[in-house]
Amino acid sequence: MNPEVVRARVSALLFCFFSLSTVTVLADESLTPRQRELVRMVRQDCGSCHGMTLQGGLGPALLPADLKDKPVEGLAATIYQGRPGTAMPPWQRFLNEAEAQWIAERLMTEFPQ
Amino acid sequence: MKRLRSLLCAAAATLLLAACAGQPLRGTGDLGLIIERASGHVRLVNTSSRQPYARIGGLGDLSHASAVYSRDGRYAYIFGRDGGLTKIDLLEAKIVKRVIQSGNAIGGSISQDGRIVVVQNYTPGGIKAFDAETLDLLSEVPAEYAPGKFSKVVGLADSPGNKFAYALFDGGEIRVTDFSDPKAPKTERYPAGSQPYDGLVTPDGRHFLAGLFGEDGVALLDLWQPEKGARKILENYGRGEQKLPVFKMPHLRGWSVAQGKAYLPAIGRHEILVVDVATWKEVGRIPVRGQPVFVMARPDGRQIWVNFAFPDYGMVDVVDTLAGKVVKQLAPGKGILHMEFTPRGENVWLSARDDNKVVIYDTASFAQVGEIAADNPSGIFFTTRAARIGF
Ligand code: HEC
Repeated sequence: MNPEVVRARVSALLFCFFSLSTVTVLADESLTPRQRELVRMVRQDCGSCHGMTLQGGLGPALLPADLKDKPVEGLAATIYQGRPGTAMPPWQRFLNEAEAQWIAERLMTEFPQ
Repeated sequence: MKRLRSLLCAAAATLLLAACAGQPLRGTGDLGLIIERASGHVRLVNTSSRQPYARIGGLGDLSHASAVYSRDGRYAYIFGRDGGLTKIDLLEAKIVKRVIQSGNAIGGSISQDGRIVVVQNYTPGGIKAFDAETLDLLSEVPAEYAPGKFSKVVGLADSPGNKFAYALFDGGEIRVTDFSDPKAPKTERYPAGSQPYDGLVTPDGRHFLAGLFGEDGVALLDLWQPEKGARKILENYGRGEQKLPVFKMPHLRGWSVAQGKAYLPAIGRHEILVVDVATWKEVGRIPVRGQPVFVMARPDGRQIWVNFAFPDYGMVDVVDTLAGKVVKQLAPGKGILHMEFTPRGENVWLSARDDNKVVIYDTASFAQVGEIAADNPSGIFFTTRAARIGF
């Protein structure tokens, strides 16, 4: 076999091996463990309706530009109690009011990765 | 003659090249892909060896991404959240073409003749048709339901005659767009009910069902006699009782039809609704352990596998359609987002997002028979979809 082909194959194999073994880990050092849980919940579980990058889906976009004219308490209440008659469910089983407030504040500034 | 000879030469050269590059000829019937939602990768897999064989990156935001296949099963079209439409070659394990087609996409479908890929978009709401070969835009149909008002599109599914059925979440209607002339599509509209959240075309291609979120019921359109309009089935299945919160929208696809019955997720109730597809009357309910998301029949229709919305998404219930009840309760991993059966259903692959793996179960013994590492896996799509109506 042509050595070039062998080399290409070996590097393809190596590439496969390395790409299989990488797992992306992104963590913001300044957050408490509970805050990191909340961030993950927002990105993953709120993300099923609002998009993982919060650019919107079935639910509206939740980026700072979209929320800037809205009172933070109202957004926190929406998160905590949901909005009856819409697809936005209440999250009070999974977080307390202070945590809903923290999420709303972070959504209005810059939401951690 | 000269032309023919040079063509033959070119063909021989290609074959030779392929042989030199060490790519043995193979079919695609046992291949598939896993979406790695967080990192914008897809992992290509082989369902015979139960192993991954390649990983492709650079696909953008893949949350809620889905895929359809060309009719030869060689190419996958992947619809990303960020509006990216990517065509992948499963044999050469590479991206063939990628276009950004809209701001916010949720899925797509491929036409009966395999020539048109249609994408459904949330914003700007509507559908767009692309040439399956080149990904060139052919036409678009905005989901305008009132002057200046555009709806999110859900439930897009192909049906015979290069027609596509879908529903408008905000507009409350079912639409059927005929792409027989791909550059001049024709659209019919049918009032359906409040907030259709997803839709399905039955495996025979005859009926389109749209699940409703804003009211208890499912809208049904007979695509053989669309002029009769959409009617409602399973009306008032909630019996006026308080709904449980829904932390994730259920999904519908043609696989929930088995043995003459459709198995549909209830909204805000921990139940599967069973409907006879001859009469479209409710014939039963099956209690399950959470808000159902995917209700999927094994290809032979003997079993229905059900996964759940947050916070119950570590569990999976298996219904035996003969017994009409749950016969197995599983806990395959954390964050079970999707399931896919091998072509004849001896195995099912389940993505466990929060465990960073895909687990493979034997559907007869319920034993785990394999496991594949994957970065936040979500959708799993096998090439068997290429030959099915409504996928
Ligand atoms: C099942 C779908 C769904 C999920 C899951 C979901 N939302 Fe929502 N959300 C919606 C919808 C739909 C609306 C718009 C409601 C309306 O029409 O007023 C909304 C509205 C909101 C709003 C108000 C936005 C505004 O502009 O007024 C906020 C804030 C919000 N959601 C945050 C969250 C957070 C945080 C989570 C997760 C803890 C979450 N949502 C999970 C569907 C969802």
